[in-house]
Amino acid sequence: MELGFLVGSIVKIGAILAYLYGLLWVLGHKKWWVKIVGIAAAFTVIQLGLTVVIGGNTLLNDFDSGLLFQAASMTMVALGLNLIYGFNGQFSLGQWGFYGIGAYAAADVTFRWTHGDSRGLIVLGVGAILGGLVLLGINKWLSRYRGVPVMSAFAFYLVGSILVGIVAVGIGNAVDPSIAPLLGSQAEPGPLTQGAWMQIVYFLAVIFAGVFAAEISFLLGIPVLSLGSDYFGIATLGFTIVVNTLMVNSDTILPFPEMKGGRGMIGIPKLTTWFWAFFFMVLVIIIMRNIIHSSTGRTILSVREDETAAKAMGIDIANTKLLAFVIGSLFAGIGGGVYAHYIGFLSPKTFDFLPGFNPMIIVVFGGLGSMTGTIAASFAWIFFLEGMLRVLLSQFGTDAPTWRFVLYPIAILLLMLLKPQGLLGKVEWGFLKAPIVKAREIFSKPVETTSGQ
Amino acid sequence: MNTPNTSTPVLEVTGLTKYFGGLRAVNDFNMTIHKGELVGLIGPNGAGKTTAFNMITGLYYPSKGEILFEGESVVGLQPFEITRMGIGRTFQNIRLFSNLTVLDNVRIAYHPHSGYGLIDGIFRNSKYSAKEKELTEKTQDFLSIFNLNRFESEIAKNLPYGQQRRLEIARALACNPHLLLLDEPAAGMNPKEITELMELIHFIRDKFGLTILLIEHQMRLVMDICERITVLDFGEVIARGTPVEIQNNTQVIEAYLGKGAANVA
Repeated sequence: MELGFLVGSIVKIGAILAYLYGLLWVLGHKKWWVKIVGIAAAFTVIQLGLTVVIGGNTLLNDFDSGLLFQAASMTMVALGLNLIYGFNGQFSLGQWGFYGIGAYAAADVTFRWTHGDSRGLIVLGVGAILGGLVLLGINKWLSRYRGVPVMSAFAFYLVGSILVGIVAVGIGNAVDPSIAPLLGSQAEPGPLTQGAWMQIVYFLAVIFAGVFAAEISFLLGIPVLSLGSDYFGIATLGFTIVVNTLMVNSDTILPFPEMKGGRGMIGIPKLTTWFWAFFFMVLVIIIMRNIIHSSTGRTILSVREDETAAKAMGIDIANTKLLAFVIGSLFAGIGGGVYAHYIGFLSPKTFDFLPGFNPMIIVVFGGLGSMTGTIAASFAWIFFLEGMLRVLLSQFGTDAPTWRFVLYPIAILLLMLLKPQGLLGKVEWGFLKAPIVKAREIFSKPVETTSGQ
Repeated sequence: MNTPNTSTPVLEVTGLTKYFGGLRAVNDFNMTIHKGELVGLIGPNGAGKTTAFNMITGLYYPSKGEILFEGESVVGLQPFEITRMGIGRTFQNIRLFSNLTVLDNVRIAYHPHSGYGLIDGIFRNSKYSAKEKELTEKTQDFLSIFNLNRFESEIAKNLPYGQQRRLEIARALACNPHLLLLDEPAAGMNPKEITELMELIHFIRDKFGLTILLIEHQMRLVMDICERITVLDFGEVIARGTPVEIQNNTQVIEAYLGKGAANVA
């Protein structure tokens, strides 16, 4: 039985890798109709697995589908971290904090909405949009002056953000009375808390939560990214701990009684369907790939390769680092929003700093600087962990979770010894491959420098 | 020697001084370079040559002194701003983006002129396709000037040493500099490679209308190609002049070989 499960897990991991390979292959296909048909097929396969009932069970049972959704959100978080650490070379442990911010922010919006309070969406939406505009505006204004000290710039951004926050709350309080009657209560849903409206609110909540996480990362990144990479790692670890502490005390020192502090937030509407999880995951993959294979993406890589040389090539490395950090956190925030609405319950324990190493493990496991590796590892890792747990459960009973965390580090250690470049190294599949550059005929005469000519 | 040039010098350094704690790495360094000149900066190890370079390119902030590039002060500017103004450089120990391809190494240097932004990149719009193609073709043509096009899809660290130097110079030139600073371009090269390098330096100066300042220990290269030479020792300028003048300068010989060596020579 337990061996059967182990084999089953391996088969599942194999099937998922094949699935991902196929997905990336169709995404990378030249013909647009193959892309569309392929993506639709990739979506449908899982969707059917989740819905078709054979002999009283769906093809993919609750357990597997749960892992699938978690893996999808983990893919977004880990891809974001790979952008920061794998591609930009900044050792960040703050990804989990941004994941948590995204999860709580998105959950709060939909939770309030279903409880007849529209302020969550309005405040977060106005805050995200206005905040983005204000931060970009300040950035543009500051770029006209040379040699502005980092902390002075930070002060401007901070004041701007606080003002935006005040304005957003003000607008939220002003607009809410006119929207609230349309929302009804949890028991009696109003016109705006049903059907398509709820999907729109969910979509906006996830996007705004991502943008909100990105803005926080912008504010954090300005002072912290000027530190060296190691200090940056410690500072971001501190950030994750701060976020976690705030979550534990969200009902006491923060004005969010609905988050219920350390007891965990319950009653989040479970709005994440496979459509949304798949949609956001593919969106993140596409954005990530398009960034990496653009000129800006190459500057992100150059900072990892050699900061001094990048400076001497006319690259504003402070901006480049900040950009990678902000986009990475955006992905984490989106992943958090998707996760929160799948699981329906958020506990600060989930966002503790120790599980915060999970994305780091996945990124290293999959291969630093390999998008394919990260995506594959996000899926394989979760199935591996849970598969191992099932096998161990039959052997060790209640001690299994403990033994899991003995065996799992050993597995990682072995992988690092055998394949230090990660599972897939620098290999990219299909869609994620760098565009092929055709060799060019020589137009200019090359300089002949061999002596004697 | 060139006739005295009365227009604005490309580089004018006055009273440049750098302290590292109590150590005076460069003291009251002055230098004027006019357009089209090829100037050498020599001196024993630890004389402060690279420190002077790092101050000119903004990697170090000078303790004292002024650096004017084409009449504008560059002191206090970020290195990338200085590069975009038109000062390119190479490094003593090769600093390529070693895990990237040769093509990408040069495309990164072209980034400030890429002509499209992040948003165009994310949406892969027509502007992206056009500009990216243009950028790539420009890079490929550029690489073929340096005979590097056959390596374009190689990873930079896999190139032979001489080609890596060549690529580093090519990459610095892709930044479109008016003034090129070469930090020991011939370090670790064999005589044949040095000959090739000298031809390359002459070639790029004529082709791109460059002004070149170079640090070098290989006396053969310095004496052959530099029109003027400045000698630094313990952070101080001890001599200036044409290669012939420098070769016969007692102080220079002493700095390199020790006191009394001049008499023996």
